[in-house]
Amino acid sequence: MSDHELRVSKIARGTVIDHIRGGQALNVLAILGIDGAGGETVSVGMNIPSDRMGKKDIVKVEDRELSQDEVDVLSLIAPEATINIVREYEVVEKQYLDRPERVIGVLSCPNHECITNADEPVATEFEVLDDGVRCAYCETILREDLASHIAAE
Amino acid sequence: MRHDQLLTTKQLSREDIETVLERAAEMDADPASFGDCHGDAVLGLLFFEPSTRTKMSFETAIKRLGGDAVDMGSVDSSSVKKGESLADTARVVEGYADALVLRHPSQGAARMVSEFVDVPLLNAGDGAGHHPTQTLLDLYTIRENAGLDDLTVGIMGDLKYGRTVHSLAHALTNFDADQHFVSPESLKLPRSVRYDLHESGANVREHTELDAVLPELDVLYVTRIQRERFPDENEYQQVAGEYGIDLETLESAKDDLTVMHPLPRVDEIAPEVDDSDYASYFEQAHNGVPVRMALLDLMLEGDR
Repeated sequence: MSDHELRVSKIARGTVIDHIRGGQALNVLAILGIDGAGGETVSVGMNIPSDRMGKKDIVKVEDRELSQDEVDVLSLIAPEATINIVREYEVVEKQYLDRPERVIGVLSCPNHECITNADEPVATEFEVLDDGVRCAYCETILREDLASHIAAE
Repeated sequence: MRHDQLLTTKQLSREDIETVLERAAEMDADPASFGDCHGDAVLGLLFFEPSTRTKMSFETAIKRLGGDAVDMGSVDSSSVKKGESLADTARVVEGYADALVLRHPSQGAARMVSEFVDVPLLNAGDGAGHHPTQTLLDLYTIRENAGLDDLTVGIMGDLKYGRTVHSLAHALTNFDADQHFVSPESLKLPRSVRYDLHESGANVREHTELDAVLPELDVLYVTRIQRERFPDENEYQQVAGEYGIDLETLESAKDDLTVMHPLPRVDEIAPEVDDSDYASYFEQAHNGVPVRMALLDLMLEGDR
């Protein structure tokens, strides 16, 4: 068994997120709301040598596929990632991430004075810029550390 | 111009602005002849923050057009006190009124309400966000005093939280105007406004002192620096002193400089400036009525 295979053993069913920028795997898990409490089998590889990226992370989650909202936010913090949907040990679908124009209901606005933080019946909405995102309500621009603004479920 | 909402000045083209200012000039010249324009119109005033000028001038404007206003009163005496959401309050008052005017402490409040109501909606200030109707009366005042082309404007004071500043800066990108922003380091323009100005290709410079730029200015727009922005009283006093003007400050200004202020002022402009030819801030406040008459007229007309 090669070194590579040892780290990335096949799963029967679920999602393999590959080519995550080195060091971002835990943020990806945060996006998916996975902290181990749900009982899913999760494997995380960090800073794995990669010809293409230098170092990359890999996350494998068994018995779980991603929603479009999750894919959208993933594209913001891990734009190079590829998503492999696995069924019966085979990759049945491979997705490359497209940056969406907007992400709705996923990030929370860091501006405490924003109407989306005022207990009103409204979902957050962010316009995606080249180098960050912007609240559609208060217009605050967020460039750093998007993962820490993922709205709590 | 969209006739269903005025949320920010970013949505306005030069043509939109000129349409409002032209109509305002007609109304300013002969307000009595517009007294029957909107005899059946009721304007709903939703003010979640204190206001004197904006609220009274909207009330005056709708009355001069022959209509009337209903007012939810202070937040303390309204259903908001019982925990009603803004979205619900707006939907209820929409049933009583032909157009709504909203002032709210949260940024983006007007944008949110626009998703819940169908009647025309005017943003009369959303926290540190925008105040587009103030900008239209500011532009009306600038046009009367200095013209709107080949213009050099200085905007001084609280640029970070000043919604009148943000709205004016966006609107001026429609005109041939150089913009100079003068403020203490801690109250510089927010990143979002700077981003938009950059995107629009506006000619913008930032300064920490007025002296360097004052002689070039056609218009100096002064805003109030609020005490609550500073943790320390001494720091506030020092900054407030540095960003105030009196006749001595204005010695190096052009003779035809126009000094403006959205009011209320505290110490930013010494009373001695009031009687000089520079002072245009009371005229500016007066212009709130014809400009808001024009806006209401266009929006109520367009909604029919």
